[in-house]
Amino acid sequence: MTQAQQHEHVAAREKVLEVHNLHVTFKTFGGEVKAVRGVSFDLYKGETLAIVGESGCGKSVTSNAIMGLIPQPPGRIENGQIVYNGKDLSKMPKKALRKIQGMDISMIFQDPMTALNPTLTIGEQLTEGIRTHHGLSKDEAKKRAIEMLNLVGIPNPEERLKQYAHQFSGGMRQRIVIAIALICEPDVLIADEPTTALDVTIQAQILELFASIQERMGISIILITHDLGVVAKIADRIAVMYAGQIIEIGTKRDIFYRNTHPYTRGLLNSVPRLDLLEEELKPIDGTPPDLFDPPVGCGFAARCPFAMDVCEHVEPPATYITEEHRSYCWQQDERAKGLFANY
Amino acid sequence: MNDKILEVKALQKHFSLERNQTLKAVNGISFDVKKGETFGLVGESGCGKSTAGRTIMGLYNRSGGEVLFKGQDVHKKTDKERHQFLRQMQMIFQDPYASLNPRSTVYEIIAEPLLVHEIYQSKKELSAKIYELLESVGLNRDHANRYPHEFSGGQRQRIGIARALALDPEFIICDEPISALDVSVQASVVKLLQRLQKEKGFTYLFIAHDLSMVKYISSRIAVMYLGKIVELTTSEQLYHNPLHPYTQALLSAIPIPDPDIEESRRRIILEGELPSPIDPPTGCVFHTRCAHACEACVTVEPTWREQEGEHFVACHLMDDSIEMGKPLRVQQEV
Repeated sequence: MTQAQQHEHVAAREKVLEVHNLHVTFKTFGGEVKAVRGVSFDLYKGETLAIVGESGCGKSVTSNAIMGLIPQPPGRIENGQIVYNGKDLSKMPKKALRKIQGMDISMIFQDPMTALNPTLTIGEQLTEGIRTHHGLSKDEAKKRAIEMLNLVGIPNPEERLKQYAHQFSGGMRQRIVIAIALICEPDVLIADEPTTALDVTIQAQILELFASIQERMGISIILITHDLGVVAKIADRIAVMYAGQIIEIGTKRDIFYRNTHPYTRGLLNSVPRLDLLEEELKPIDGTPPDLFDPPVGCGFAARCPFAMDVCEHVEPPATYITEEHRSYCWQQDERAKGLFANY
Repeated sequence: MNDKILEVKALQKHFSLERNQTLKAVNGISFDVKKGETFGLVGESGCGKSTAGRTIMGLYNRSGGEVLFKGQDVHKKTDKERHQFLRQMQMIFQDPYASLNPRSTVYEIIAEPLLVHEIYQSKKELSAKIYELLESVGLNRDHANRYPHEFSGGQRQRIGIARALALDPEFIICDEPISALDVSVQASVVKLLQRLQKEKGFTYLFIAHDLSMVKYISSRIAVMYLGKIVELTTSEQLYHNPLHPYTQALLSAIPIPDPDIEESRRRIILEGELPSPIDPPTGCVFHTRCAHACEACVTVEPTWREQEGEHFVACHLMDDSIEMGKPLRVQQEV
């Protein structure tokens, strides 16, 4: 593909969801936590966007905000828009929101053990959403539920519908959670650490399932994870978050091979690789900043080996390396070019 | 000269459940750990690796077999001998949130083993030792009077490590020491463990489910499945020449953080899930999920044999005396 064609390709893609300058805070006894500080990204039709980062970076808060799952109070969406189908979800009345969330945008969670209700049968939980949103009759809903269980690879679905969550293994439960999320045929699926609680051989099964579902249903997936291996496998684009902000976003290959932000690099250097011998791990020194009182400048400045004066005082602006690849780092500024030629 | 610090021989640990059922968590595992090495024990949840670690430490009574530490049976010690033995073998636990007493200061936590073993006579010596330990794990003396909740996960794990080091042990069992931590913090804790090993000559038994990290830190690795060790070799051999079908599937299931490699990799997808250790499969425990399984695997238990130098495996495929029949199923690959 030539550069021009690539541009056309980008422009032709249909945006499903847009997040603009999202700010989310939580009031606690200790003060106000600024959990998400100005996050913006678009989600295109049929793609998988991975949001990666370490605990406390705001990746789950971002996805919960899209899903309307921020408890208010103590949480508050201070600023920003979440635009789906031309409508701003963050300003919609609750009732209208219910129609979108769960039907057009749905979510699966990390822990399949607690995401299911232990006192309801799998069948009841599967059909709840579709009966509420689509008003299907009991029999129709059941038929649909059986189809879904087949789709996610659960054998004997008719029998299994009558069973309870504890009668399934962890991997099977996650398949059920996925079936519940997909039964209303959403446009967007938010998966928050969907395989973190599972063993690797089961994780491999679930990742295959994601790929086949996406191919069949054409949904867009936002994948929240800290596992860079999983991201390398199934993501199309990656957003790296740190201290409540996206610090770099681009295609999978931009982030893995053409990354520009020192934190992205640090993250990649700190995971061991199965296929390499005698590699050296390079941990990132220090700890993330306190989000009660976030730094004025770049959030990563205190841990960054290349930090300059400006990093501590002024937040770095977005630099577009390509149309799709943007980075928030002062190193990318024209005036800093050449300073780091030796690194 | 005997350079084996730990010998585990046909160790079993069974738990009795109600209705006369037994859960065979560890069902006859054997391996040696050499002095100064890091021996990795990997497997998925429920394979018995943590139970194995705890039984080796003597936290559980064994059901069969024996554990020899420097030639002495760990489970046959009198209380007094055990007390002495604990100065030589210590453990680091998985959960840095649950393994530190929230009502004790860091000072008290690290002082406890030293006080129990009455190592220092004066308070001054004790404090000096505690400050030295804190510094050796990358904390400082100002941290001594704080409580565990004031620390991040990685710092807490460092406190746990300092406590394990307090008695100057020779052998440390690390039970999933990093799996509760963020990736960048994992790297720094692993680096710390490596540095301490270099400085003080520790021997580690490193128990984890994350094969990439185990491969990074260990010289030899044993792979467990359903209470048994299915393969044991050097970490290099394990990656380049895995012989057991379970090891092969496990390796192929671990995603590699590199898109070009990841997208072109061949992946063996294991069918089904781990069988119950209450009623493990007959013959080879892996036959219910193995792509190469045939009649013999269902009926005959594979023997533990040395394949080439230091490469042990329990699989009929490697055993010429076993007639492999028609496979029971077809292997799935993606």
